Amino acid sequence: MPQKIHIEIDRELCTGCGICIRFCPKDVLGESGTLNQYGNFYTEVKKLEECIVCRQCELYCPDFAISVEVKE
Amino acid sequence: MITGKELREKYIRNQPTAFCPGCGDGMVLNGMSRAVENLGIERKDIVAVSGIGCAAWVVSPYWRVDTLHTTHGRAIPHAIGVKVGNKDLNVVVVSGDGDCVGIGGNHLIHACRNNIDLTVIMINNGLYAMTGGQVAPTTEHGEKTITTPYGNPSQGMDVAELVKAAGASHVARWTTYHMRELTKEVEYALEKKGLSFIEVITQCPTRTGKKDNLSTLEMLEWYKNNTSKNPEDGKITVGRSVDKERPEMADVIYEQIISAGGTLK
Ligand code: SF4
Ligand code: SF4
Ligand code: SF4
Repeated sequence: MPQKIHIEIDRELCTGCGICIRFCPKDVLGESGTLNQYGNFYTEVKKLEECIVCRQCELYCPDFAISVEVKE
Repeated sequence: MITGKELREKYIRNQPTAFCPGCGDGMVLNGMSRAVENLGIERKDIVAVSGIGCAAWVVSPYWRVDTLHTTHGRAIPHAIGVKVGNKDLNVVVVSGDGDCVGIGGNHLIHACRNNIDLTVIMINNGLYAMTGGQVAPTTEHGEKTITTPYGNPSQGMDVAELVKAAGASHVARWTTYHMRELTKEVEYALEKKGLSFIEVITQCPTRTGKKDNLSTLEMLEWYKNNTSKNPEDGKITVGRSVDKERPEMADVIYEQIISAGGTLK
């Protein structure tokens, strides 16, 4: 069965610091250019199909805002 | 493997945090939570103690364990009280450099001398961040801060060397660039008997970042390029520098109570 990957970024928790974008080895993530209610430009998923589920983004996120879920 | 969301729901409370965007303090909290998860330690068996400053907020109010948020520089004496009161607890201190070695430096030295079984994580951003960016004992010589506008006339202190000399049984240094190594080190510290001291060099985009005109990502890049596991490289040395066995004070006290005919629960 192929894996079904879902990346959830909590828009209100994300501060748009860009750390996950920097540490993602596959350029999956990028800037959304949209503000959340706290005035931060949250990050969004750009190329989900490239994700290799290394979880580097989760490990480096200071705000526990990103979650990579895999469904078999 | 635990997902980011599961980790957050299990270990974190009171979000969003008050940390500035890109602050390394949240990364340390992330690594600590993962270390506890990887070891399978129950949250009820942890007491986390902090003093005052941005780093103190890492455990209180954000870490979902029992916490003590104490006075400036006094996290370690409170933690000693907890450990001696119940030595089965995992007692973790998270303290900033100003709190840990500036205000509370003497407590740190004597906790290391006694080798009491604590995990002390010192988040080092090189200045007093919460109060506006004043010079700290860890500020490098010549660095400009708001209280040293012509450059720091004194020398920055190598805290890892200090605690080594004072007798800590486990000493390590990492940066927020080294999240995998840091997580492993916290795991090791939680299991190691005696005082474990981990210095984490951490970006403060609001104070150090603004004054040095560096972004969060530039600071992380700087850590990558200016640290090495080899002390001969002339860079900031990261890695484990001390790992030794020494008598631990809470154990000794419990043995003394028993041999004097006392009983323990
Ligand atoms: S690391 Fe976390 S807070 Fe920072 S941009 Fe990515 S998801 Fe947002
Ligand atoms: S899991 Fe790895 S590849 Fe996927 S988005 Fe996160 S960092 Fe990128
Ligand atoms: S002032 Fe610095 S250390 Fe304090 S929360 Fe902001 S970035 Fe973090």
